[in-house]
Amino acid sequence: MRNILTIYWKEIRSYFVSPIAYILLTMFALIFGFFFWNALGYFVLMGMEEQMRGQAFPMNLNEQIIRPLLSNASVIGLFFIPMITMRLFAEEKRSGTIELLATSPVRDIEVIIGKWLAALSLYACMLLFTAINFAFLFKYGNPDWKPLAIGYLGLLLQAGGLLAIGTFISTLTKNQIIAGAATFGVCLMLWVLEWVSGYETATWAQVLAYMSVITHFQSFAKGVLEIKDAIFYLTVIFLGLFFTSRSMESLRWRS
Amino acid sequence: MITVKELTKRYARNVAVDHISFEVQKGQIVGFLGPNGAGKTTTMRMLTCFLPPTAGTAMVAGFDVLEAPLEVKKRIGYLPESPPLYPEMETGEYLAFVGKLKGLSGAELCKQVDYVCDRCAIADVKNKLLGKLSKGYRQRVGLAQAIIHNPDVLILDEPTAGLDPKQINETRDLIKSLAGNHTIILSTHILPEVEQTCEQVIIINKGKLVATDSVHNLQNRARGAETMFVEIGGRNSNLESSIVQNRLSTVNGVSRVQFKTSHGNRSVFEVESQKGFVRGDLARAIVEAGWDLNELRPTAMSLEEIFLQLTKSDAAPAEEPVAQGVA
Repeated sequence: MRNILTIYWKEIRSYFVSPIAYILLTMFALIFGFFFWNALGYFVLMGMEEQMRGQAFPMNLNEQIIRPLLSNASVIGLFFIPMITMRLFAEEKRSGTIELLATSPVRDIEVIIGKWLAALSLYACMLLFTAINFAFLFKYGNPDWKPLAIGYLGLLLQAGGLLAIGTFISTLTKNQIIAGAATFGVCLMLWVLEWVSGYETATWAQVLAYMSVITHFQSFAKGVLEIKDAIFYLTVIFLGLFFTSRSMESLRWRS
Repeated sequence: MITVKELTKRYARNVAVDHISFEVQKGQIVGFLGPNGAGKTTTMRMLTCFLPPTAGTAMVAGFDVLEAPLEVKKRIGYLPESPPLYPEMETGEYLAFVGKLKGLSGAELCKQVDYVCDRCAIADVKNKLLGKLSKGYRQRVGLAQAIIHNPDVLILDEPTAGLDPKQINETRDLIKSLAGNHTIILSTHILPEVEQTCEQVIIINKGKLVATDSVHNLQNRARGAETMFVEIGGRNSNLESSIVQNRLSTVNGVSRVQFKTSHGNRSVFEVESQKGFVRGDLARAIVEAGWDLNELRPTAMSLEEIFLQLTKSDAAPAEEPVAQGVA
């Protein structure tokens, strides 16, 4: 535990000492802010039209703003995750500092969890900035906070899984660009896998669609905590970290 | 302190380390010598549990590197070929980070950080970013991180590589001053370094052990016959070199006398003797013949020559008695 924290703080530090964290935070906040602005603008227009027609169409902040925005955040996240994880191991391998970690009395798994938690924390910081937008909804409206909290939980779980995959990919190469590009490819594939369910209902298509990370986010976006979806993400996290530790070990045998 | 038996590392196509066995006693400085690509780094990486051996065993402080890697790692300080520094960290916080990794905490951690900063003369860069340090400082910070947890065994991979002569001397002195408390293995391909810093030498070439012995014995052994440099001056007249040569040849134990040069009434000879300690007889003979003995010194064979002799031909290992355990 102590070792995990040592690694964790070192990683957090290197994110925030370098411009990485600030650039990611800024870009994410800007992009999400733009989405929010659009969603809000559309919502206001709809509301005015309803009033002019004199109809009492039920307007709902949760359904019309929060839910689509959470889905958007999960997709935007896909693009940012490779940038968070690509350096985790690739940089250490390139600079030779991996030798320090590997010859210190710490277990591989402690290093891996420390790094993964740091990556997840950075992502959580990015989500924190999106919360500023939602705070305005609470100031001027009264949306239900519970679906929003569950949505955030879903975002964290989904990111946790993808970050674990990214961490794994980062152990495979010395080159950060390769690690980043490969992680991006995998993230994108895991997103679009869901599309096959649109035209095909065979078993293989269902399996593929099931593997899509987006499929499992739908329930969270609705504000429903589906245990099976949570378990899907936890499994991805576990497998990602497990493969990372296997990969670290095989580094020693191959080198 | 370190026991290595039949250690082997095989890669897909080549054998990097081939059945190496040696022992290192507590408190010794051992030089690990070999040309580039001889397998020095691979051996060190196996000792530090960075690489697992293909076959054979290595014990550090009584723990096997394969069976109890964590125990071994606790007792080892390792400086890889390029110091493992994080450029975005400051020296002090880097050392604290490494200290924590090695299991230090609280007041002890602070104490050790201050101690190594003092010891390695890096206190003045404690608040500087590692990425901005010069090569010499980087190397010293690397050394500082290796000794921060006061390990029993220090493994240093080419600690003086890339330093300027002054820094090399400083680093050597630092390493020497660390002996006693620590058992040190340092690898190098620079021979004088071994002569100056180490007590024991392990020479490997192409993954095979060529020799392991003390520096002194190794010089003696490779020398076989003693060679002396003799300068003789004629007292009143010029020297007739052939007469001198004949006279010197008759001294008991001298096997060969070779005339080198002469300037004025001084002549230089190279004298080779079979058994040791003919210098006294030689000096007496020269003086009794009425000449001046200006200079008489043994020309010790440098490690460089020994090294070349041991590693040059494939036949060399067969001629030399190989792999005697280091006492």
